[in-house]
Amino acid sequence: MSSAGSGMSVPANRTERAEFLPLAINPALVERILLGFIQDEVRKVGFQRVVIGLSGGVDSSLAATLAARALGPSNVKGLLMPYRLSDPRSQSDAEAVVRQLGIEHELIDISPQIDAYFARYPDAEQARRGNKMARERMTILYDHSWGWQALVLGTSNKTELLLGYGTIYGDMASAVNPIGDLYKTQVWQLSDALGVPTAIVQKAPSADLWAGQTDEVELGFQYREVDRLLYYLIERRYSIAELEREGFARPFIDVVMGKVRDSQYKRRLPVIAKLSSRTIDRDFRYPRDWGH
Amino acid sequence: MSDDHRLRVALAQMAPALGDRQRNLEAHRGWIGKAKATGAQLLVFPELSLTGYFLKDLVPEVAITRDGPEMQELASLSGDLDLVVGAVLEEPDHRYFNASVYLSRGELRHIHRKVYLPTYGMFDEQRYLASGDRFRSFPTGYGRAGILICEDIWHLSTAYILSLQGVDLIICPSASPGRGVSTDERLGTAESYALLCRTYAQFFTTFFLYCNRVGYEDGANFWGGSMIIGPNGDLIQQEEDADEALVTATLNLGDVRHERLSNPLLRDEKLELTINELRRVWHERTREPY
Repeated sequence: MSSAGSGMSVPANRTERAEFLPLAINPALVERILLGFIQDEVRKVGFQRVVIGLSGGVDSSLAATLAARALGPSNVKGLLMPYRLSDPRSQSDAEAVVRQLGIEHELIDISPQIDAYFARYPDAEQARRGNKMARERMTILYDHSWGWQALVLGTSNKTELLLGYGTIYGDMASAVNPIGDLYKTQVWQLSDALGVPTAIVQKAPSADLWAGQTDEVELGFQYREVDRLLYYLIERRYSIAELEREGFARPFIDVVMGKVRDSQYKRRLPVIAKLSSRTIDRDFRYPRDWGH
Repeated sequence: MSDDHRLRVALAQMAPALGDRQRNLEAHRGWIGKAKATGAQLLVFPELSLTGYFLKDLVPEVAITRDGPEMQELASLSGDLDLVVGAVLEEPDHRYFNASVYLSRGELRHIHRKVYLPTYGMFDEQRYLASGDRFRSFPTGYGRAGILICEDIWHLSTAYILSLQGVDLIICPSASPGRGVSTDERLGTAESYALLCRTYAQFFTTFFLYCNRVGYEDGANFWGGSMIIGPNGDLIQQEEDADEALVTATLNLGDVRHERLSNPLLRDEKLELTINELRRVWHERTREPY
């Protein structure tokens, strides 16, 4: 078993995705569950449609594919929301998905509002700008949610949710997320099976906040490495000693566990100061699907 | 019981609305109509069919009482068709139970209060519900039956206790959420239930009815897969899909006798030995002062 790296290895070959059997899925079974999930959770609260931000990446392409199959293409709207520094290929890939699925779509360049805002803060660093862009896209999606009477479909996968590799109230915001319990490597498997364009499945995952950015360089490890670690850590609840025996390097384990711990707040509602005997989400507990 | 004694059974593999008892009651009427049209004599609804499953703080709001108008209305639906309905039952002392009630000819005949309340992983039943304290069989017009609810059957002693009471039929209403995707055709949960139910049927030589619900609650999927199993362990009928469906079969109740003649497992079961050994285990486990 290869070392899972010091945390500094950088991937080169995207096609090299040796399958890790414990995370291998039966795509037909997963598709059936996820189509039913979208149909049920959207329709029972009185909606027929979803709106989704299409980045040209594999996660949003897969979510859109599932939605189009579940609800019919005319009930799915993809919003392409590039910034002027986004890779032009992102837009062309998103357009390929729109064409393939036959879904509604709209192109909204977010450069004017982002540039107008950061004219006040010309020294803002890239991460701050990236967060603002993610939240700008979120407000546009929720505006269309109202205007088109559609729920916002989430596109965060389990790996990035666990690592906190997303913007809270930005790309992490949605009403319904069909792929949030699939690790990135499982997103690839399902996307392949569902016919998401190969070029999209194969390309290096990127938040596309600046030219040439890739998730794996920024994170410092590969998705297939971290998914393997997360499988043992999260699904199997291995101890650190057991993880080391499994071949994972201690610095890699520490980095990943730190990311999971430090991003817990992103996966929860804001913390509320407790005063009464029934505080929301602590001892006032109702299912989300209350009455449905 | 004569050899040609037949029973037409039906399982309502349905998707209750979460926390909407009135809507679910209407749905029950619909399923009862469908079952009657197939000539069914017994119709089984899933666990908490009247309320939905992940109720949390809704438990007291959707509860019914043994003597209340809701129970009378349900019983009145049972005319020629025996019913097993899932409900939250509030006792006079205000404990709330996850119960399945057996209704026949307009009357409440039996209540099973779920004993094993899963409180781990995605489950939180003991936070909201009280545990039942018995496994009792009861007579029906077609033989002796017993009810176990969902997690009850994960504890092998439950079906064993019923089997020693000589049941012809074990009825298991369930609300099992699917989890465990792999490269297999079916969910891990579905495999486990199939193994459990068929094992009980074959080795306790009894009919086994497993009625699981379908639909989604807060993102969790209920996988259906309701099963009717004969006393030799053979699958008589199964709904493979997770869609709403009425699963029906005609049981030859004489098969229990046939099976117990060729496989006299119940005859040879040593109840007293088992009790003595369990008592010894109990004493040994409680002998240590701390």
